Amino acid sequence: MYAQMVKSEGMKSLEDMTPEERAFQERIDRGEKIEPKEWMPEGYRKTLIRQIGQHAHSEIVGQLPEGNWVTRAPTLERKAILLAKVQDEAGHGLYLYSAAETLGVSRDELMEKLHSGAMKYSSIFNYPTLTWADMGAVGWLVDGAAIMNQVPLQRTSYGPYSRAMIRICKEESFHQRQGYAIMMKMAQGTPEQREMAQDAFNRFWFPALMMFGPSDKDSVHSAQSMAWKIKMNTNDELRQKFVDETVPQAEFLGLTVPDETLRWNEARGHYDFAEPDWDEFFEVIKGNGPCNEERLEARRSAWDRGAWFRDGLSAYAEKAAARRAAARVAAE
Amino acid sequence: MSRKEWPLWEIFIRGQHGLNHRHVGSLHAPDAEMAINNARDVYTRRKEGVSIWVVPSAQITASAPSDKGPLFDPAESKVYRHPTFYDIPEDVGHM
Repeated sequence: MYAQMVKSEGMKSLEDMTPEERAFQERIDRGEKIEPKEWMPEGYRKTLIRQIGQHAHSEIVGQLPEGNWVTRAPTLERKAILLAKVQDEAGHGLYLYSAAETLGVSRDELMEKLHSGAMKYSSIFNYPTLTWADMGAVGWLVDGAAIMNQVPLQRTSYGPYSRAMIRICKEESFHQRQGYAIMMKMAQGTPEQREMAQDAFNRFWFPALMMFGPSDKDSVHSAQSMAWKIKMNTNDELRQKFVDETVPQAEFLGLTVPDETLRWNEARGHYDFAEPDWDEFFEVIKGNGPCNEERLEARRSAWDRGAWFRDGLSAYAEKAAARRAAARVAAE
Repeated sequence: MSRKEWPLWEIFIRGQHGLNHRHVGSLHAPDAEMAINNARDVYTRRKEGVSIWVVPSAQITASAPSDKGPLFDPAESKVYRHPTFYDIPEDVGHM
């Protein structure tokens, strides 16, 4: 999940709601979409800004671990594909920032909050991408986990968010498939390539499971978000779904899931699996993951070093507008 | 960081020849020309369009959500505006 641990505002029962709040909840229950200028509870607005913002930041920061391999892709075709994927992530970030802005937050404010650490992005992007096989593992597992979360979010109650999710989901399937294609190639390759694929799988399995956020018993913000339909499934539901879908894919590759406790549970009709190390998860969220500093520094530096370019384009636009105005006056 | 934020633009794409331009989303750009360039990259990476319109978001006047009733409810009672309101005998043939 690209938005983890989004703090939601308090939950009210229907009886405690004001007439406006109740009418709002009833609209959501009927499956109506909420649009930007319509009345909404302050908590709904704030929670959505946090969630969509965090989601957008994840797309943008998510370009970094893969950007790391663009210049070192093994073939020109792989390079073009990876570049297209990274460009898609930028696009996804932009769709989502636009959706967040309809709630009354500015783009600069969102950027500032990412750079200052006031807003988070998904923990997964704080892990390094050490080998080319990691490009396979990231596409297959990270984009796979993201799709798990994003498909139900297409039905979310907030119109602009829902429309952004629909657009993103259309493009996301390419991401997962290109990742799996890399894994297939490597798993069928030389013993060294196979080993690289297994190693990448070993390193990304548990961080991918963490993407869905903490276990439901420790997830305090779910109820209100689910009532508002800005969260459609619980963390554990989605994690289970991801494991159930991914294990057979790993078997096809001939790779071993790095979890000795993994068993098919006939009675439940699901795999039993080990939970990730939640202490590690909370440390990464707090900023102490292997790459937190590097990622934020890359973002800040890109922003600062791009300032002259943004300013230059603004100055040009102002001058051109002034020239057009002068030409109009002269013509009159 | 002294600069002003780039203005917001609404983007409309004609998907195929013969179709209307449709609103697809928005983006920031310093001017109209850059808005078109950016729209190309953000909204048509997979040949989604054959033409782009960009409009400064500030130039759009929208109806208020609270006007939904007065604006649109009057049409509800005017069912005779639909062809299905009229019963035409089958003998007449397709009409």
